[in-house]
Amino acid sequence: MATVTRPVRETHDGPRNLVEMSWDPITRIVGSLGIYTKIDFANKQVAECHSTSSIFRGYSVFMKGKDPRDAHFITSRICGICGDNHATCACYAQNMAFGVRPPAIAEWIVNLGEAAEYMFDHCIYQDNLVGVDYCEQMVRETTPSVWAKAQKKAAPHAADHGYRTIADIMTALNPFTGDFYREALQMSRLTREMFCLMEGRHVHPSTLYPGGVGTVPTQQLFTDYLVRLMKYVEFMKKVVPLHNDLFDFFYEALPGYEEVGRRRVLLGCWGSWNDPKVCDYEYRHMNEWGKAMYVTPGVVVDGKTVTNNLVDINLGIRILLGSSFYDDWEGDEMFVTHDPLGNPVDRRHPWNQTTTPRPQRRDFEGKYSWVMSPRWKHPETGEHLALDTGGGPIARLWSTALAGTVDIGYIKATGHSVKIYLPKTAMKPEVEFEWKIPKWSNAIERNRARTYFQAYAAACALHFAEKAMEELHAGRTRTFTDFTVPDEAIGCGFHEAVRGVLSHHVVIRDGKIANYHPYPPTPWNANPRDVYGTPGPYEDAVQNTPIFEENGPDKFKGVDIMRAVRSFDPCLPCGVHMYTGEGKLLEVRHVPMFGAQG
Amino acid sequence: MAESTQAPYGRKTQKAPAVKEIHILWMPDALGCEGDTVSTTAATQPSIEDILMGAIPGLPKVHLHNRILDFSQGGEDYLKVWYDAAEGRLEAPFVFIVEGSIPNEKIKSEGYWAAMGTNAKTGQPITVTEWIDHLAPRALAVVAAGTCAAYGGIHAMAGNPTGCMGLADYLGWSWRSHAGVPIVNVPGCPVQPDNMTETLLYLLYQAAGLAPMIPLDKELRPTWLFGKTVHEGCDRGSYYEQADFAHEYGSPKCLVRLGCWGPVVNCNVTKRGWMNGLGGCPNVGGICIGCTMPGFPDKFMPFMDEPPGGVLSSSLIGMYGKIIRRLRAITNTTLNHEPKWRHAGPDLTTGYHPTSYDHEPVEIERGATAWRP
Repeated sequence: MATVTRPVRETHDGPRNLVEMSWDPITRIVGSLGIYTKIDFANKQVAECHSTSSIFRGYSVFMKGKDPRDAHFITSRICGICGDNHATCACYAQNMAFGVRPPAIAEWIVNLGEAAEYMFDHCIYQDNLVGVDYCEQMVRETTPSVWAKAQKKAAPHAADHGYRTIADIMTALNPFTGDFYREALQMSRLTREMFCLMEGRHVHPSTLYPGGVGTVPTQQLFTDYLVRLMKYVEFMKKVVPLHNDLFDFFYEALPGYEEVGRRRVLLGCWGSWNDPKVCDYEYRHMNEWGKAMYVTPGVVVDGKTVTNNLVDINLGIRILLGSSFYDDWEGDEMFVTHDPLGNPVDRRHPWNQTTTPRPQRRDFEGKYSWVMSPRWKHPETGEHLALDTGGGPIARLWSTALAGTVDIGYIKATGHSVKIYLPKTAMKPEVEFEWKIPKWSNAIERNRARTYFQAYAAACALHFAEKAMEELHAGRTRTFTDFTVPDEAIGCGFHEAVRGVLSHHVVIRDGKIANYHPYPPTPWNANPRDVYGTPGPYEDAVQNTPIFEENGPDKFKGVDIMRAVRSFDPCLPCGVHMYTGEGKLLEVRHVPMFGAQG
Repeated sequence: MAESTQAPYGRKTQKAPAVKEIHILWMPDALGCEGDTVSTTAATQPSIEDILMGAIPGLPKVHLHNRILDFSQGGEDYLKVWYDAAEGRLEAPFVFIVEGSIPNEKIKSEGYWAAMGTNAKTGQPITVTEWIDHLAPRALAVVAAGTCAAYGGIHAMAGNPTGCMGLADYLGWSWRSHAGVPIVNVPGCPVQPDNMTETLLYLLYQAAGLAPMIPLDKELRPTWLFGKTVHEGCDRGSYYEQADFAHEYGSPKCLVRLGCWGPVVNCNVTKRGWMNGLGGCPNVGGICIGCTMPGFPDKFMPFMDEPPGGVLSSSLIGMYGKIIRRLRAITNTTLNHEPKWRHAGPDLTTGYHPTSYDHEPVEIERGATAWRP
């Protein structure tokens, strides 16, 4: 990393020496992300942070004028780890625009596919990417005292997962040599096989269409899925206690660790898995079918639900600029002035957005990222909230727990928690896990929620498999409803991608795409300061992060900062750049550059 | 028990590879989605850990540098090996893998479409094309992972703002590495997992001195993976031959009338499956959209319309296919009946005439012997 010692500057608590540190690109996430910080080593704290992205492809630009039926094939390519979420969301938006309702079994097949995506993606991310931040090698290199404690600390749930001490868990997470690391890699394959059974191929599905799926429903299809699912269910009975032991240990070993990556509770969740009994894809009924989803959509502010209504959620979305490399669209045409219910639609809503890229030099005092700044306008206070998804799971569980409506036996939302039931498997008895609303929205709790949500997805998949087989045995095996593409239409899709909120907004004119704007979770999490100066969630979360690492500036790895950032599960193809303070550079050390290497 | 003092006789079978160690510098930072890296983690034949842990003996030791899996936290720690490679300081040869389309950085006055790291002199991001300019001439081989890097792919669609292209468009189609290896294209959107790892494995065999120059076709694809069409490996091809076409998605029949381009696309997914023989495209109900091809996506859109060539050929085969289907149905009916000598009656009617025993049949009572001694 570039290390720059900055001059002393005045702050409210006296003079501080800040060291500028950057990680660009950061590793073990999907996408190009740069993090630029200023660190106060004397007070062990990050003072300031900017996040940047260094890639622009322009989907909204090149989708204009194309056939609307191509949308899911194209938008899947937005992301190489959760592209199927885009394909699914695009099909939802097309279903609305074309006025088509897929057969029930098609919906269950999509739900089973998307459940497998959660199981796969969280598994590989948690234990092959994030897990490395908590592995023996990393802990020894950054906090030797914690490693010493871990060796002495017996794991409370050793009986469930087989690792005697916390140090044993950490060793098992070492890249490639750790046995749990390798097991997780294998489970990420098993779950992708499940996914392929339902959606053809990973990560860009081949069998998803507006109006249904091309998957042929047979007894064998569901048998092949279920056999693998039960292996995963058994795996989760080991993984939940394992991660609980590991994460609880960090609170114990490093008092104050709850502050790492902590920010105000500002969570968004757009809902997951439709119930074909209720969902007709009509905008007029979106509130009803949104509330029937198996993950309840909602906006949670300071621990309270603001709304669970997808129509309100939709109307509150604003896309702000401020630090992004685009021209504004203030003067451009409005595509959608009112929604189908007659509510006015804002100019800064995705339906009315025009994307005009303006490549330029990166300037942390001005424009510094290819990511725009999505915000959600609070209907009462009028604030433009920088909602985050916390990587997805924490927002999903929080919103669902508070709403208290989901009840499928395997999952029961209680108003303050979510109960997850996993039945008996080959080698382990039945288990009930209860995810309780945590005290903080911080790095550790985001990671913990990710593990619980893996169990949640597995439990839901059991229900979906039962419902799908009911259709099969009743002989209702048609998987596709025909449709025609209208000349003029609008549509929107809401879906929880793995990393959280995902929306697709489409405008059709003359039977072609006139406007199309996908908003994945990472733009919500990884965005730069908006026109009001409000930092994006990563910037905000990192700026308050204390430093527990025992290395000084010369050997500093930034593990606490990285744990904070990775807890959000960044999935650019987008990015982050963190940066701290102003002033002139005094000294630049060991900065690599072409042609200037000793 | 192994003898501790002496090398076992069989060790003579183990030969040191011509190249002992090799770096793989995998750059998923071009205009892509990183789906090819993610896809590669799904491979099992071989798996990524098979390659890294040396599961197959006799090959060079591999050091993988890919942002998504790297142990480091990023920044300078991660980029050190990249700078070393770009400036010729690596102690071992390297294979350079590019993932994502190559943007045209010349079409604008400032800024960047895709970058990795920051130039300390200017404070500005280092473009992906700068990295390619520095790394390609020093690489043992250059590999394009996925259709974007190979031919431009989705991001090079008509109307795109970045003017992006494939690696061969950027470096030149006749480009050769200093070791004489052409650009190796492994197309697919994403790349089929085992196609990617098998290509890498081949290059390791080649580096070890155990295999000849990798065989590539005109579009620089490994011939053994891309020499056949989707249709030639599709288990629904027989429905086509019988002119039995699906009219709605979800049917198990041939999808050519619903948008499948399989008959004219080079890809092995229908034969190989997606993972461990499971999944795929038209073989499991997903129309082929030609995602491995240089003409992708523009020459295949709108995806859900019947390909123009499919209209003609499916009509031509109509008469023949229907007659054949009827004849086969007749034959199939006869084959669904067992021969008549399989029965439980007292007479043996198989055609066997016993000569060595008395075969006057008797009335068989329950539990009694069937033949008199």
